[in-house]
Amino acid sequence: MSAPLFDALLRLGDDRLVLGHRTSEWCGHAPILEEDIALANIALDHIGQANLLLQYAGAVEGGGRDQDALAYFRDAIEYRNALICELPRGDFAVTIARHFFHGLYSVLQWEALSNSQDATIAGIAAKALKESRYHVRHAGEWVIRLGDGTDESHARAQAAVHLLWPYTGELFLQPVDESALVAAGLTADVSTLEGAWRATVDDVLHRATLTAPDGVWMQRGGRAGRHTEHLGHLLAEMQIVARSHPGAQW
Amino acid sequence: MSTTPSVAEDPARYAQFEARIAADQSIEPKDWMPERYRSQLVRMMSQHAHSEVVGMLPEGNWITRAPSLRRKMILLAKVQDEAGHGLYIYCGTETLGVDRQELVQQLLDGKAKYSSIFNYPTLTWADIGAIGWLVDGAAIVNQTMLAKASYGPYARAMVRICKEENFHKRQGYEIMTTLARGTAAQKAMAQDALNRWWWPSLMMFGPHDSASSNSDELMKWGIKRKSNDELRQRFINLTIAQVKAIDLTVPDPDLRYDDATGNWIAGPIDWDEFWRVVKGNGPCNSERIGARRSAHAEGRWVRDAAVAFAEKQRSNNRETAERQQ
Amino acid sequence: MTPNSPERSWPLWEVFTQGRDGEPHQHAGSVHATDAEHALQNARDVYARRNEAVNLWVVPSAAITASTPEDMGPFFDPANDKAYRHPQFYKVPKGVKVF
Repeated sequence: MSAPLFDALLRLGDDRLVLGHRTSEWCGHAPILEEDIALANIALDHIGQANLLLQYAGAVEGGGRDQDALAYFRDAIEYRNALICELPRGDFAVTIARHFFHGLYSVLQWEALSNSQDATIAGIAAKALKESRYHVRHAGEWVIRLGDGTDESHARAQAAVHLLWPYTGELFLQPVDESALVAAGLTADVSTLEGAWRATVDDVLHRATLTAPDGVWMQRGGRAGRHTEHLGHLLAEMQIVARSHPGAQW
Repeated sequence: MSTTPSVAEDPARYAQFEARIAADQSIEPKDWMPERYRSQLVRMMSQHAHSEVVGMLPEGNWITRAPSLRRKMILLAKVQDEAGHGLYIYCGTETLGVDRQELVQQLLDGKAKYSSIFNYPTLTWADIGAIGWLVDGAAIVNQTMLAKASYGPYARAMVRICKEENFHKRQGYEIMTTLARGTAAQKAMAQDALNRWWWPSLMMFGPHDSASSNSDELMKWGIKRKSNDELRQRFINLTIAQVKAIDLTVPDPDLRYDDATGNWIAGPIDWDEFWRVVKGNGPCNSERIGARRSAHAEGRWVRDAAVAFAEKQRSNNRETAERQQ
Repeated sequence: MTPNSPERSWPLWEVFTQGRDGEPHQHAGSVHATDAEHALQNARDVYARRNEAVNLWVVPSAAITASTPEDMGPFFDPANDKAYRHPQFYKVPKGVKVF
């Protein structure tokens, strides 16, 4: 079961690595100093989660790759993150809406995984669950303020919801090759999380005077390594130093 | 720079104030203070806060390219600390009756100074090591002194900052050590970074005592406790041993050890370069201010949204209360 | 609130952190925020990054009333000569070790 488990861990780890990287782009450029600090905390949580997940992925693979080998020496086509994580950082509304959508998905996912039969996964999930709960609180409160703030903030928040919505469906697609893991209680079936996710999303969007679009085509591909054009650029930047000095210590 | 106007404000209180400074008492926000003391503090503290915030940019430039996940997290946490430190010092300045937005506007309008060191570019990963080691190292020497400043809120902010900054210098020196002991390319990168950051780091302490216009007054009032040259010398003495330990060399052919004083004596500093960068012609002055301006301008609608939401909530609460009456 | 109108800072809040269960809250610093929930979040992100707190208070700075330096004499000096408020003021017979 090590190959499917390795893939499942990449899906978990790559989501957080790519999203954490995107969030870190805000550092020094946020709307207000307090928010620079808040966004850096969120980015640090994500990269910390990725660090643990990819480290474990490397151990499960058993081929001598550590978390840095997996982060810095895989091409985009080998990345397994959902597309929503790699979209450009956009304005503050896009960042907040993405944290809200993905954070809520993460909370549900970590809740399920904290009961994993795999003690390492359960441990990472229990730690990450607390972090993601805070991310949702931070993002959810901002969604409400942006949605129900000024005309401009409402328009930007609504545009962010429309932009990101087509990328939310992929989060709940359960990969076929994970079924044995789910049956063994090692990982969770993400398709079961969508109902609870949608209920909370609808509640918060309603309080924010925002609406979710109806009947849009859901994009997919990230879980299979078929990404948007953005991921290649993100990785080119992230990997440049490490790849310029293969084998070097940092 | 006469102190006469301060005395004229209120001679009795002025004498009391000077006696409190002489007795090393802490001056607190609501205490009487000479207007000049207040304005010097606002100038110095806001410059310090601006430096922390602008200081996020050169290092922030490498967060997305840090070569390992460990380094990425360390750098992000460090740059985040700079934001925190800017925030602490702005808050300290606000106790003097100025609004943070006012101070920020002065920075964006180019009317306020910040540390010139941040007008130099970060060109390689080794610059992240050099900045943590040298720039934070120099800042710690300065801030350790400021933790004893006569103005309470400034001193307390410095105590907190010094505690947090301990890891900044260490992580920088660790990067430099790793590079200096790494591949030939890495070692060359480290030496090049040291070459470029050494002199600007020495300039961080400001002009020589003989040419420093504010120093006398700041020292008289216990805001600064040591002179620019004293602090610079302390930094050089501390750092040379660290340079030698990792087998790099400082770009100063005149550097010599003075047996009599036990000091490392540096060669002449290029003060033309110092003043050129202070006056706006450093390699990155316009980029740094440009980045701050666009972050501020692009964030305006967000800040406005929070204000508008809070106003709506308040008026909703008022209406609910009125209906219930 | 057009982008061209002059901008005021968000209101200031004072932050108090409780370091450990059972300890008193102590003043840590301030943050800017437009409402209490955001003040709490900002306080958490700014003043509790290094495990400094198990609980936070945020108070609008404007809601704090402080004594003034002029109050110092009348407020606090009268407490100087009330030695009888302290246990050391009282004599206990020599043989009594534990009181």
